[in-house]
Amino acid sequence: MAEAFDEMGLVGDTCREPYRTLKAWLDATPADLLQHRAAEAEALFRRIGITFAVYGDAQAQERVIPFDIVPRIIGAAEWKRLAAGLEQRVRVINMFLSDVYGKGEAVRAGIIPADIVYTNPAYRPEMAGFKVPHQIWTPISGIDIVRIDENDFYVLEDNVRTPSGVSYMVENREVMIRLFPDLISEYRVAPVDGYVDDLLDTLVSIAPPSAPGEPTVTVLTPGPFNSAYYEHSFLADKLGVELVEGRDLFVRDNIVYMRTTQGPQRVDVIYRRIDDDYLDPLVFRPDSALGVPGLMAAYRAGNVTLANAVGTGIADDKAVYTYMPDLVRFYLGEETILKNVDTWRCREPDALAYVLEHLDELVVKEVRGSGGYGMLVGPHADKATIATFAKKLAAHPDDFIAQPTLALSTCPTFVESGLAPRHVDLRPFVLSGADGIRVTPGGLTRVALKDGSLVVNSSQGGGTKDTWVVDS
Amino acid sequence: MLSRTADSLFWFSRYIERAENTARLLEAAGRLSALPTHYAGSTNEWESALSATGALHQYYLTHEAATADDVVSFLAFDEGNPSSIKSCVQAARANARAVRTALTLETWEAINDTWLQLRRFDNRPLSRPLLNELIGFVKEASLQVDGSAYRTMLRTDNYFFMRLGTFIERADSTARILDVKYHVLLPAGERIGGGLDYIQWRSILRSVSALTSYHWVYRENVKPWLVADLLILRKEMPRSLSNCVANLVSFLDQIAVEYGQQGPAQRMARHIFARLDNARIEDVFQSGLHEFLTEFIADVNELGMTISKQYLL
Repeated sequence: MAEAFDEMGLVGDTCREPYRTLKAWLDATPADLLQHRAAEAEALFRRIGITFAVYGDAQAQERVIPFDIVPRIIGAAEWKRLAAGLEQRVRVINMFLSDVYGKGEAVRAGIIPADIVYTNPAYRPEMAGFKVPHQIWTPISGIDIVRIDENDFYVLEDNVRTPSGVSYMVENREVMIRLFPDLISEYRVAPVDGYVDDLLDTLVSIAPPSAPGEPTVTVLTPGPFNSAYYEHSFLADKLGVELVEGRDLFVRDNIVYMRTTQGPQRVDVIYRRIDDDYLDPLVFRPDSALGVPGLMAAYRAGNVTLANAVGTGIADDKAVYTYMPDLVRFYLGEETILKNVDTWRCREPDALAYVLEHLDELVVKEVRGSGGYGMLVGPHADKATIATFAKKLAAHPDDFIAQPTLALSTCPTFVESGLAPRHVDLRPFVLSGADGIRVTPGGLTRVALKDGSLVVNSSQGGGTKDTWVVDS
Repeated sequence: MLSRTADSLFWFSRYIERAENTARLLEAAGRLSALPTHYAGSTNEWESALSATGALHQYYLTHEAATADDVVSFLAFDEGNPSSIKSCVQAARANARAVRTALTLETWEAINDTWLQLRRFDNRPLSRPLLNELIGFVKEASLQVDGSAYRTMLRTDNYFFMRLGTFIERADSTARILDVKYHVLLPAGERIGGGLDYIQWRSILRSVSALTSYHWVYRENVKPWLVADLLILRKEMPRSLSNCVANLVSFLDQIAVEYGQQGPAQRMARHIFARLDNARIEDVFQSGLHEFLTEFIADVNELGMTISKQYLL
């Protein structure tokens, strides 16, 4: 694995332009002050109740995601390029969804194999032929971006089901403004708190045509025991809309209502943070107590908008991912601005042979996995783990893709021993409404806090950083 | 507003109020049990405290005797006891968390801080100084929740439902405290000076933090019928039955105005209030203090259920 690209330039004497002010500030700030601020930040997060639950960890039912006080900085010019790429990506994802649930042109043109789409568990036959309101399938997208050198941003994966983390983006900034007002004002950082207003505009813009003049928007949560519950309540609060659970809603004559202290009230747009499978026990999992019986019927009748639409999972499937650059070319006639990471599709015999040969240098991911579960990081795995994984892979090659172990870029991070480079990725959030696409400047930077680790997922010991887009 | 939200707000403030009541009962019991028996009498104060929280029966399912240490840990930390301070704080926080968006940041922080800090008393035998510290902590927590809501929340249904929870619980609690001790309030128990019952009367006042108020209202020595008058009929006394019901009437009316509709809960609250408003303490004693209190507790319970049916389901 090559030496990682450090975004400040911690290796050697040079300092990249956007980081100059930060470096001077860090050099002038004593370590114990940083220590003190880090402790303050942790206390703030705990106090506000920004916590998340880790599945399978009964001890720490509510944990605070570690927050690193050293911001990650992106210059305006770099950001502009990235934002254009994100917009292009999300536009294509929407076109792809309209296509696979509509005419199926990309498949017919041979751009993507039919079986990858239509036999994929993420493909929802219930949605075939259905026109979602305003043709917007993914009002909310989170695209995971990594960087390995000065010039290129790569998409690591697309998240267009119910991407989470945006509350951390907003709250991280609030905490930084409280702790480092001087540094922030010296930099003039593009604000992120406009995200919530943009989200509301986006949701209102995609209300079904049958909705009354001022549509009623709600956020649908599985409830307080969900790992992202804080975020659900945060969003409802900032949007100024009701945070509902399935039991608060009911459907009569294909119209969705919520139970209120003043009787039933019609609901027009549901920002749902519940997976497809649990939305409606009449259509999907019959044992789901989280959903609303009849919701799909109301949806199909065009009386309610679900954000994101049902069936978007097909677009962020890791097997479909590998075809994204081709899809950009097919739908837009453009070259992709954001590159894909080189990927071996293990379903292809040549690729499988190569992957099995080189397991110790590759990252192998389950096509349906998420959150860093069920993946093999070759260079960090022992022989026995690799051997076990090889058997699994050989038995079900369709379920896996492999990528080179990327030298993810690093950012200076405040750890026990002081400032040290740690690997980071970035999840910017992209909103698509009937009135256009909006990208919030910045996003959620996730950082692998363990020395040398490449796994940034919060469920696996990752932390977060505030991300500053600054004038160059 | 979602019915579930209203329900959670109602129970959030009820549980906070209940936690405070349990703390006050522990405080009163602790003071009485520290007196020589010829002052405090042979009644077991710890058992009285259990009765007043309504957990007596449950306590004896798992305990042989009402000893100080056992009752303290049962009322403070036992998670099997729904009225224990710990259970109440947990339930309050769970309700608050479920409706986080309906609370102001200040009110959420007040309950969340309380929940986080309660752990520092947890799972160790409570020494007397530590017990006092816990009691002070809970009273302060309740003040913070109450005060932050008072100072920061919009005067809309969110706030009104929280207040309903507070006053239903407070009315119930004051009535129970009186009922557990009603025998010492009966006129037969009257004696002048520092006798046994005199200490008990003071203790009742203390358990609802009304000892000082008593002197301001009556400007005379503590007399049992005046204790009853203060805690049942005096509208200016913030924990009296009359004041609690007046508040219930008022907040139910404000909800009715906001929603443009009256209902059975409003009618019922006014009915209970009218009875208190027309009563004189002599009549209450005449017709039987215990009977009066039992009926009141049942009425408040039914009002709670009526509110629930009308708004919270």
